Amino acid sequence: MKDFFIKLASLNRTVIYLIITIGVLLPLVVPLNLGQKMSPPTEHLYTFIDTLPKGSHILISADYDPSTLPELQPMLEAIIKHAILRGVIPMVMSLYPQGTGLGIQACEKAKETLGARPDTDYVILGYKPGFSAVILGIGEDIKKIFPTNYSGIPLDSIPAARGVKNYNNIALVISLSGSSTPLAWVTYAYTKYNQKLATGVTAVSAADFYPYLQTGQFIGALMGMKGAAEYEYQVNKLLEKRGYEKAKSVFAVRGMEANSIAHFLIMLFIIIGNLGYFLTKKRREA
Amino acid sequence: MVLNLLVFILAASGVIQVKDIPNDDGSRLKIEYRLPESVFDSAFLYRIQGNKKILIHKVANSSGVVIDEGLNYKKTYKYTLVVYSDTLKKTYESLMVKPKASWFDTSQFPLFIVVLLYTGLLLFYIQHARSGKSLYLRPIAGLQAVDEAVGRATEMGRPILYVPGLSSISDVATIAALNILSHVTKKAGEYETKILVPVRDPVVYTIAREIVKESYYSIGRPDLYNENDVFFATDSQFGYAAHVSGTMVREKTATNFFMGMFWAESLILSETGASTGAIQIAGTDAVTQLPFFIVTCDYTLMGEELYAASAYLSKEPLLTATLKGQDAMKVIILLVVGALSILNLFGVHITLGLF
Amino acid sequence: MLQKKIPLAIVFIFGVISILQYFVPHPLSQAYYDTMLKWMIGVGSMAIFLALVSFIRHHQVRLKKKEHAPYSAVALLSFLFMTLVGFIGGMGPGSVFQKMFYYVQAPLQATMFSLLSYYMASASYRAFRAKSFEATLLLITAFIVMFSVTTFGNYVPGVPKALEWIMAVPNMASKRGIAIGVSLGSIATSLKIILGIERNWLGG
Repeated sequence: MKDFFIKLASLNRTVIYLIITIGVLLPLVVPLNLGQKMSPPTEHLYTFIDTLPKGSHILISADYDPSTLPELQPMLEAIIKHAILRGVIPMVMSLYPQGTGLGIQACEKAKETLGARPDTDYVILGYKPGFSAVILGIGEDIKKIFPTNYSGIPLDSIPAARGVKNYNNIALVISLSGSSTPLAWVTYAYTKYNQKLATGVTAVSAADFYPYLQTGQFIGALMGMKGAAEYEYQVNKLLEKRGYEKAKSVFAVRGMEANSIAHFLIMLFIIIGNLGYFLTKKRREA
Repeated sequence: MVLNLLVFILAASGVIQVKDIPNDDGSRLKIEYRLPESVFDSAFLYRIQGNKKILIHKVANSSGVVIDEGLNYKKTYKYTLVVYSDTLKKTYESLMVKPKASWFDTSQFPLFIVVLLYTGLLLFYIQHARSGKSLYLRPIAGLQAVDEAVGRATEMGRPILYVPGLSSISDVATIAALNILSHVTKKAGEYETKILVPVRDPVVYTIAREIVKESYYSIGRPDLYNENDVFFATDSQFGYAAHVSGTMVREKTATNFFMGMFWAESLILSETGASTGAIQIAGTDAVTQLPFFIVTCDYTLMGEELYAASAYLSKEPLLTATLKGQDAMKVIILLVVGALSILNLFGVHITLGLF
Repeated sequence: MLQKKIPLAIVFIFGVISILQYFVPHPLSQAYYDTMLKWMIGVGSMAIFLALVSFIRHHQVRLKKKEHAPYSAVALLSFLFMTLVGFIGGMGPGSVFQKMFYYVQAPLQATMFSLLSYYMASASYRAFRAKSFEATLLLITAFIVMFSVTTFGNYVPGVPKALEWIMAVPNMASKRGIAIGVSLGSIATSLKIILGIERNWLGG
């Protein structure tokens, strides 16, 4: 038995990779259908959007590119669906050129599955270069930064954008990002205009954002795949209630199941590694 | 309808007060209004600019503040507030005001003092070093191992890989990485060992190329410079990770240096290096990537050690003196943070105007 | 000698002006800053050209080496293909260029990113050993964090709170400590370059 553990402690990389592959693939092929209980940062964001008055506007900035798509795109899709179901108007923009296409994709999904109407139920603003200038500019007049929507229609003639002049008319700004862009929103939109903010970030950078939750600079946050899955699961429940079964998405929920298995496997590897380490040490001492 | 209105024009009545906003570029004015009438149908605030009358705000309350932006500090402005109620139209006018462009942002004064203090400290220690007094530097294992790492590559007859981070030249970590590159190249040149420098940023590439070239020149071995050894790989983050990983596997590099700014690719690079059996020295100020380097590299320079590396490797007294200056500043910061935290516990909140 | 003195003088003059510029809100100072940014963009654009020449030359040389040839051929062909597709069909929505981006480059990038999951498993397997008291503490903390970020974490009372505490208190305290050192170090490095004390960026 001892020898078995010692052998296990010197596992080849290839074996570890193989086990991880199986562990990740398994829940994707055979869904585990685990529930997703919301963690406090997710719950805060969900409740905030859920309790907004009908006709309110939220600005979602898709500040990422396809490399972080698996974690961030489900967040974008779920937030857009949630807002539309609640009669809140999402305005989607990006500070990254590649984020525009991803924003359009998410809105298109809401259009197909929920029958949402562009420029009535949601607005796609598109991309504008220059982080600070754009964030500060929206605080003065959104039309100065986005005179038209993505398709070139003047913002004045878009029913869903009527009445939005600056942050005073935007209930919440959500920056979805795989980098430190949400901090630029804190620096410029929160500090200068006291704008309410939330964020969605990749798990690897999540640690950087906890203090901002503590200080209230973000009212809520989606942390990595876990946050995405929790939000998606909650929105799925709402969709089910409203009879939009087809609009349900399980991309993040499945991803999180695979993620959880991978985490457990890593924990298992650490335990095995340590067992082997102690047994080898004991043997050497003996 | 308009004909039926009784029109009053009340100039300089004090209803509108226009003030300059300090510490700006002279592009803003603050307009405060307090209407004598509490009930009115509608009211509009206009900016009078030469012959032009521009609507800047639709007034809803009888008093308020409006910031007018996009002004020119060389021009003079006047504001009028037009109030409609029943059949009356009243126009209040402000005095002529010229916005001022400031030459110093006084709100940044505390920061300015801190900058002066820190610069002064660094200069003091540099002057101190000029007087010839030597300074003690604590040993940093990662830097002590540089010679050994270069020597190992020489013994094995394999190249050295130097990754100067993935950020641009505006990142100070990249500059620190390029400073270390100069030392490593000189050392590699002394042993005639090949050094490969794949770069992600075009500007960093041109600088890295010059540094390697100049370093070989400075040790009298320009013949060792090969322009294909310092090259632009790709600007795609993960494309770069793929390229460097491939280079490590195919070139069988004996020593890998990862210095500068790294993001999520850090573990891909260093774990591949670990699997090839190379000796690895990393240095970064990216706090989230430090754990990955610590577990996969033989030595890791943490945070400021990266910046201290150049001084440490060169043993140049003027450079090492700045490290002493940094330590002195750290002591000051610690004392201030400690004192303010204690005061905070007793309900005294002081932010020194820095935040 | 002049070859080194001129760059050092340029760095000193523009370095000092740039520090002062931060404290001067006057439009003239802003105009200086805007001009500098334009110059940076201009210099950066030229560097892209040099970088591309380097990229092509590097792979061209490697085509002659058997072990590198297949990879360099793929790199050069992909580069040529994307350039041609971009020039001919444009880069707008629905173009071949964009499709190649979304359906080839994006999955390739995501694949490289996902390799992290394997590397993290093998690295933690080798490195996380309870060799000392500190290492054991680290191991326990890592277990709490890892468990709390799984789906099951939210169902165990106290675990989400523990995660928030670990992230916001010990994690943040150490991060801030490092951040203060990094900030001071980066200012000192900048100052050393501005004052001409640090000359390694000129090749020593």
